[in-house]
Amino acid sequence: MTELCYSLLPVLAALLLAPLLPGVITRTKAMVAGRRGAPLCQLYYDLWKLLRKGAVYSRTTSWVFRFAPCLTLAALLPALLLLPAPGVAAPITCEGTLFFLLALLALARFSTVAAALDTGSSFEGMGGSREVQFASFTEPAILLALAALAQAAGSTALSDMFRDALPTISQTTTPAVVLLAVALMIVLLVENCRIPFDDPNTHLELTMIHEVMVLDYSGPDLAFILYGASLKLWLCGALVVNLLVPWSWADHPLAATGWLVVGLLVVAVVVGLVESAMARLRLLQVPQLLLGAGALAALGLVLVLRG
Amino acid sequence: MNLLLAALLVWIGGGIACLLGGRNRRVAGWLGAGTAVTGSLLALLAGGQWVLSLPDAIWQVNYAWPLPIGRLALSYDGLAALFVVATALITGLAAIFGAGYLQHAPAGRSFGLAWCLYNLLTASMVLVFLSANALLFLLAWEGMALTSFGLVLFDHERPSVRRAGVIYFLATHLGTALLLVMFLLLGNHAAGVLDFAAFSDLQLPPGVAAVVFVLAVLGFGTKAGLMPMHVWLPEAHPAAPSHVSAVMSGVMIKTGIYGIVRLLTFLDSPPAWWGWLLVAMGATSAIIGVLLALAQRDLKRMLAYSSVENIGIISMGLGIGLLGMSADNPVMATLGLAGAFLHVLNHAVFKSLLFLNAGAVLQATGTAELDKLGGLLRRMPWTGNSFLAGALAIAALPPGNGLISELLLFLGALAPLFTAVTPGATDARAAGLVAAAALALTSGLAVACFVRTFGLVFLGEPRSAASQTAHEAGPAMRLTLVVLASSCLIMGLAAPWLLPAMMPACQLVTAQPGDTATLLATIAPLFATLRTVTLLSIGVLLLALCLAALRRILLRGRTISSTVTWDCGYAAPTPRMQYTAASFAEPILRMANHILVARRRFLPPRGLFPAQSTFASETPDLYEERLYRPLFRNLETLLGRIQWIQHGRLNYYILAIVLTLLALLVWKMR
Repeated sequence: MTELCYSLLPVLAALLLAPLLPGVITRTKAMVAGRRGAPLCQLYYDLWKLLRKGAVYSRTTSWVFRFAPCLTLAALLPALLLLPAPGVAAPITCEGTLFFLLALLALARFSTVAAALDTGSSFEGMGGSREVQFASFTEPAILLALAALAQAAGSTALSDMFRDALPTISQTTTPAVVLLAVALMIVLLVENCRIPFDDPNTHLELTMIHEVMVLDYSGPDLAFILYGASLKLWLCGALVVNLLVPWSWADHPLAATGWLVVGLLVVAVVVGLVESAMARLRLLQVPQLLLGAGALAALGLVLVLRG
Repeated sequence: MNLLLAALLVWIGGGIACLLGGRNRRVAGWLGAGTAVTGSLLALLAGGQWVLSLPDAIWQVNYAWPLPIGRLALSYDGLAALFVVATALITGLAAIFGAGYLQHAPAGRSFGLAWCLYNLLTASMVLVFLSANALLFLLAWEGMALTSFGLVLFDHERPSVRRAGVIYFLATHLGTALLLVMFLLLGNHAAGVLDFAAFSDLQLPPGVAAVVFVLAVLGFGTKAGLMPMHVWLPEAHPAAPSHVSAVMSGVMIKTGIYGIVRLLTFLDSPPAWWGWLLVAMGATSAIIGVLLALAQRDLKRMLAYSSVENIGIISMGLGIGLLGMSADNPVMATLGLAGAFLHVLNHAVFKSLLFLNAGAVLQATGTAELDKLGGLLRRMPWTGNSFLAGALAIAALPPGNGLISELLLFLGALAPLFTAVTPGATDARAAGLVAAAALALTSGLAVACFVRTFGLVFLGEPRSAASQTAHEAGPAMRLTLVVLASSCLIMGLAAPWLLPAMMPACQLVTAQPGDTATLLATIAPLFATLRTVTLLSIGVLLLALCLAALRRILLRGRTISSTVTWDCGYAAPTPRMQYTAASFAEPILRMANHILVARRRFLPPRGLFPAQSTFASETPDLYEERLYRPLFRNLETLLGRIQWIQHGRLNYYILAIVLTLLALLVWKMR
């Protein structure tokens, strides 16, 4: 029973702290640019405000548009139950949770893109088209990267993978860990539509992928979407943190949750630094970077297989 | 077995009755659909009886017949049961749909003949699965080809349909020719006996076994629509009436898969390269198939290419199974084969559902062109919602059934990573990783493909007057759609109970010592995974409903207003400004432009007041462009040289036949 409670701690942390990550990213960017920046808790204020508002719907839309934010969030929330913290196994641990994660992310994507097409707007269609285009390349990359961990750990359960992979790999081929971490970081940037793939700062029309798909949402629906987006950032970041932080660092489940949170804050700072240092890529060059991520993951896998 | 024989008799009798008494379309519809459904119910009952009795049992019937070689030998084992149940289910439901669908077909078609062929097609498909003799098998195979050819030509007044019919006729017979050679080779080594029982006792030399296997992959692969032998499929399936397309795409192409698997039960200890061959062909079929599906602008053609993709996935599963067998990895073998078999069932359900949806759309709007549809979810809620269920299932998303089979294939593909490195394991590991990466790419692209189709057809604003005034399908059609859509969901949730039913078929292929229970024990840890998937799927659904309720509570008492879609201040948006089929797929196709060459015709606007400018693009099938068209062109010139033989004088033809017979006689007497 206590074990279950401990394994739920990282989930609780995710539910409560996920909206903090975008705040950290914005604050990092502001500090690099020499500004003070928005409050760290800006997203919490936004969510609170949106939840108390009414809504505006396009006459074109059907029930798909209204249900999609609920389905997206409902796909992302159980995904939290699949990820461990460095030191605590996830609440749901069985062979194959690696694929559940991919399937749940894909379901969230399907419902977002369907809702975008439901508005009949060419802007949102464009965003949807790009979203599915990029995702079809991240999926093999993330699979190859995680397959390397699965091989090293001898399991396809995410908890077991992250517990056993790092000690095994770092004994033989440390570069593989770096390659996989870079690949997962690129996946994080593209899945969450950050620079260099998409610029979430240029709000609304000029943002080409995620923000443009949700142009027509308002009120509680938009709150669900924004919260879901921060959860997705948390999920992708947790993959990187779990890869890099060995389980031996945490001697208590509470410490494990602490490591996860600290790690994610570092990831958010790194994302902020990347965004400060880079400009957005031309759209036509994005697939090349995505293929690069896939190649890095494949190389890491080869190194792990050899070692 | 008696039930199955009764079902066969009902189908054949019903077929003949339709031909005799089916001048009137209503009578033909009732008679044809009635017998098809009765036969299906009998066959399903037989399936249920078999599951309850003893899943390892093999029912057999043997009758002598007056033909010199062959016997009327039927057998019903785990493998046949799987395919017969799928066939009976889909043909029965599609018949109910067809009865409603054909009521609105244009007059002047031969409805009696269509229903006769439909029943005979069902009978011959079931006979293919039951045959335990090569001659009977080939007869049933040919019957299946001819009846489906007749059905493809239902709308024979359209030139495109006639062209599709000819391509189909040629392709299926080229495939059958290869199968004839294959069976003759087998029969030759079995001392002239063409019984499957004799084949399975054979110990073929490796060279002969390899030739037989390659012939089977080419011959059966043609029927299955495996690339590069798939070119007939996207022509023939859209040309047939939609309920026939559903049967053809849902179950008929699976006879090719069945053939390959049945052959594998004859051959022992497959070498690794057989698995590699199936994985490689499957991976190209899956990836290029889904890319071409994305490139299509006709709903039914797109579904046909998606069938090529799914056959590729099934073939990858068989390849994983073979590699597992050759690497002595029972977990990989069982998971690969079970995943392939489950995907056969799943694809039968969701692909026929999607084709029937396409039929309902076609009937309501008169077009299947994606760029003329749109906004149909409000006008046709039953069709739209069931299409959504099918799209989720085929894109391997929870809670659909496609997720389960792809999960099994992923686990099977990665299984050799977890065992010690043995000499055979290297092949298994490499091929498994190739298959897993290809599967991941395919499922990502399948999400793109089906969210695009669902969005273009059912969401947004209608793109033409026809889809503006569309109406919902009739009650018979709606019933089928609902049954199939809920089957997608139920099969997705009932996976832990469905998987054991695949084991007898896997047992037949792997020929492991012990019975199905031992085979099931090798993958016992998997059941926890499948139960978790079921729980997660239910959890996602419940959570989504809870969130929807929360949203409703939050919005209570607030102002909710309606307006036009936000188009960045543009004042007069029209439906034509929506994203189109081509524009949605363009970025993905552009990335694949080394493989798929799109043809673009662009007339840019000129001058200060441009009068007209046009842009058109199409993505032709690369195999048709680069392989078949040059091949047949050269063949035509070559054969043109000996065309002088074809002079039209009957007496010379008869002379030629007599001379050939004499030559054969001399050769035999020698």
